[in-house]
Amino acid sequence: MDVADRADAAEARAQAAGDGRAAGAPPAPPRPKRRGVELALLVGAVLISFCGYLAVGLARTHAVPAGALRYAAGLGGLALLAHLAVRFGAPYADPLLLPTGVLLNGLGLVLIFRLDLETPADHAAPAQLVWSTVGVALFIAVVAVLRDHRVLQRYAYGCAGLALALMVAPILFPAVNGARIWIRAAGFSLQPGEFAKVLITVFFAAYLAANREALADTGKAVWRLRLPAAQVLGPVVAIWLVSVGVLVLERDLGTSLLFFGVFVVLLYVATGRTGWIAVGVLLAAAGAAAVGTLEPHVHGRVQDWLHPFAGIAAGRGPGQLAQSLFAFAAGGTFGTGLGQGHSSLIGFARKSDFILATLGEELGLAGLSALFLLYALLAACGYRAALGLRDPFGSLLAVGLAVLPALQVFVIAGGVMGLIPLTGMAMPFLAQGGSSVVTNWIIVALLARITDRARGPWPDAPARQARAAPDALGAAR
Amino acid sequence: MIRGIRHTAAFSFLLLTALLVNAVRVQVFEAEGYTGNPANRRTAIARYAQPRGAVVVGGHPVTGSRDSGGRLRYERTYTDGPLYAPLTGFASQQYGTSLLESSEDGILAGTDDRLVVFPWWDGLVHRRPPGGRVETTVNPAMQRAAYHGLAGRKGAVVAVEPRTGRVLALVSSPSYDPGELSGNGRSVTGAWRRLNEAPDRPMLNRALQQTYPPGSVFKVVTAAAALDSGLVKDLDAPLDVPDPYTLPGTRTQLGNPTEGCEHAGLREAFRLSCNTVFARLGVGVGERGMAEAAQRFGFNDRGLRIPSPVAPSTFDTRMHPAQLALSAIGQYDTAATPMQMAMVAAAVANDGQLTPPYLVERVTDAHGVMVATGARRPTRQVMNPATAEQLQEMMAEVVEHGSGRTAAIDGFIVGGKTGTAQHGVRNEGTPYAWFIAWVRDQQSHEPLSAVAVVVEDAEAEREDISGGGSAGPIARAVMAAGLR
Repeated sequence: MDVADRADAAEARAQAAGDGRAAGAPPAPPRPKRRGVELALLVGAVLISFCGYLAVGLARTHAVPAGALRYAAGLGGLALLAHLAVRFGAPYADPLLLPTGVLLNGLGLVLIFRLDLETPADHAAPAQLVWSTVGVALFIAVVAVLRDHRVLQRYAYGCAGLALALMVAPILFPAVNGARIWIRAAGFSLQPGEFAKVLITVFFAAYLAANREALADTGKAVWRLRLPAAQVLGPVVAIWLVSVGVLVLERDLGTSLLFFGVFVVLLYVATGRTGWIAVGVLLAAAGAAAVGTLEPHVHGRVQDWLHPFAGIAAGRGPGQLAQSLFAFAAGGTFGTGLGQGHSSLIGFARKSDFILATLGEELGLAGLSALFLLYALLAACGYRAALGLRDPFGSLLAVGLAVLPALQVFVIAGGVMGLIPLTGMAMPFLAQGGSSVVTNWIIVALLARITDRARGPWPDAPARQARAAPDALGAAR
Repeated sequence: MIRGIRHTAAFSFLLLTALLVNAVRVQVFEAEGYTGNPANRRTAIARYAQPRGAVVVGGHPVTGSRDSGGRLRYERTYTDGPLYAPLTGFASQQYGTSLLESSEDGILAGTDDRLVVFPWWDGLVHRRPPGGRVETTVNPAMQRAAYHGLAGRKGAVVAVEPRTGRVLALVSSPSYDPGELSGNGRSVTGAWRRLNEAPDRPMLNRALQQTYPPGSVFKVVTAAAALDSGLVKDLDAPLDVPDPYTLPGTRTQLGNPTEGCEHAGLREAFRLSCNTVFARLGVGVGERGMAEAAQRFGFNDRGLRIPSPVAPSTFDTRMHPAQLALSAIGQYDTAATPMQMAMVAAAVANDGQLTPPYLVERVTDAHGVMVATGARRPTRQVMNPATAEQLQEMMAEVVEHGSGRTAAIDGFIVGGKTGTAQHGVRNEGTPYAWFIAWVRDQQSHEPLSAVAVVVEDAEAEREDISGGGSAGPIARAVMAAGLR
């Protein structure tokens, strides 16, 4: 850490501690835990979801849907269990995290239940509820087992290896809709790429935390940009390149874009050098241009983004993006009301990539803004924890875990609303897809653990401890 | 590190802002364009999501709705489809709307702004008012009489109330059941193709959209022009038109179906329907005078709506004298819709005042609260009242002891004019039988109704009599039905 950074960190800690004392003073009295607030918010989240469920049923059949109480009890039970896990396992965790996760998940279940009404032959909500349960179970497991996030540093390479293995696995399985991103076994289908996102983020954070100075200060200077030494940057770039290569092979461009974004951001945060942003943007632009011209699938997406109504003019009828825009426009300011829109016109992928269109149509701009703000809250929790922590790994991991959903939301929401070319990606917590829900619960669990550390009275590790930790990350010096 | 985290957070915030701004763009500013896009099916879905309002004839709805359970949910049904098709038209998910269903669509579908009670609130909660009712002026008894009178023969009947312009009967035959076109699917497509390819064209609205050479019934207009212009002052003064009459500038000779035209006055010529006399009168009045007279009655008017559009009836404005002579007896390029000829009869019956016809009495919301009266146009004087009186006399004589005897009704004054129109190459087609008539109360002289009947395939000898033979009884039945 340079001097400025140290001062910054001290200042942040002082802010976090809520008093003006400088670092090194005796520890401040612990902050309030706010578990009661969390419980109250959880009750609210479950109630809102329950009301949504009722609204769908009342709008469609003028009767309370059959499974309403079961649904409310299920969601409430999950929320309560998660709350207990946090209360006893991470008492200082940010009280906003869990309610946000529960509300997003509950809304996702409501939307899928609502879309199931249009497709009687294909019900996705029950499976989604099962996956949500699995997700919450994993949340509890992570909070209970992982007592200190810094343990993860030791398994950085393990995480990287596991992530690569998970990403390579789908190549052995048949492609679905042109993308080889699924593993199918015993009636289940998994998207390992989803889990790989978290693992790779952990690896990036650990590696960059261990090699910050080396990355920032060594190596040759080219013009005004100081390049880090090759042996320092080598491993991480190699892993990153391999993962992106695999994803390109699998036609999973959305995830590769995400990896790239997280990598560049973490590199920037770790080194504090704006140059990385410039390099990243240039590389991204070059890569996007290359892929956009070479890959017909992507080229089509870009064309569709530029001319969403070309299909209508050509007499093929409106394409998916046009249908999605129609849905958003139909919602207007306040939406048509749950169950009263016609987003089923979008057809294929209405429950996954385009689920946001249903929300936009039926809850309108008001509901959409609220949803975006929920995601913003989630990310803000991560950033606040990153500012409050003293170990670089924790900070980087928190930033990575905050950027991950934020980028995902931007890419998919921007895609279905015509802001950027459409990239297939799951809306966190909302979209149909077990792997995605489970992964997002793991992210929330990690954030809970990190915020617990950031807000709690835990004795901070000495600043050098991360470096001295018995890990394999010390690069050759 | 801290700085980087803050920048990253700010960057995330920037992305969020971009999303929100974009959402406002799509959902608020550009929403109308997306909603109005013809490829967007939501407008259609919303339109058919509720039962369509009723078209009412004589206090009873003649339309209904059927819940199909499909995406475009409610389909139109008709109680007496073929009988009222010339008024209602069809309302099809697949082929759109026609006639009243089309011109009053906003009311019937509930999209008309006038149906909205609390615009701001309704817009907020996406509430659509239920479809309103359209009450028509048609008299069901007269409509039935006309329909059964034509009995499936190709032709049309129009009856109007002379004072008010209310359309009392509007029949086109052969007809079709518009209910067959409601909804969408193979049966609708099949029905559409079958009806459009049928040789006798059941979907053609002969009362409003088909123009026929009016033949001798046009002589009413010619007589009005001659009297108005002062060309004829005394109905009984002999006009001394040679029989046969050689058309000016040609060697073509025009004859008469009957004797006694050479020394006839206007009254006699009208009763005998002398072609020579009226051709000569048309030439005497002149092209301009004839055209103006015809246009006063509504010929060459492209803007006639009842509110369904009526095809313009034509009277040429640039002709040689010979063509003018033929035009004056309803031949050459002169063509009229049955609606137009009913208006001519109504103007005569109403002392020269013509009230443009209308079909919609009033529109109400679903609960019967009046929204608006139908569109009315001001009454206009189309000929001198004295001229109208003379024409009434002459037309009454046609019914009393002329070719229109079949239309007489006991206890009422009935006036009429028969006509047979030649058409086709060298006039080889079966002539059209025409009859226009009106009925007035004997005591009050109130004009009760005016009728125009055209029968396309009048199986008869080519004589004016055929107009009285084929079309007269229908006119009588329609008028009599209105008197009960």
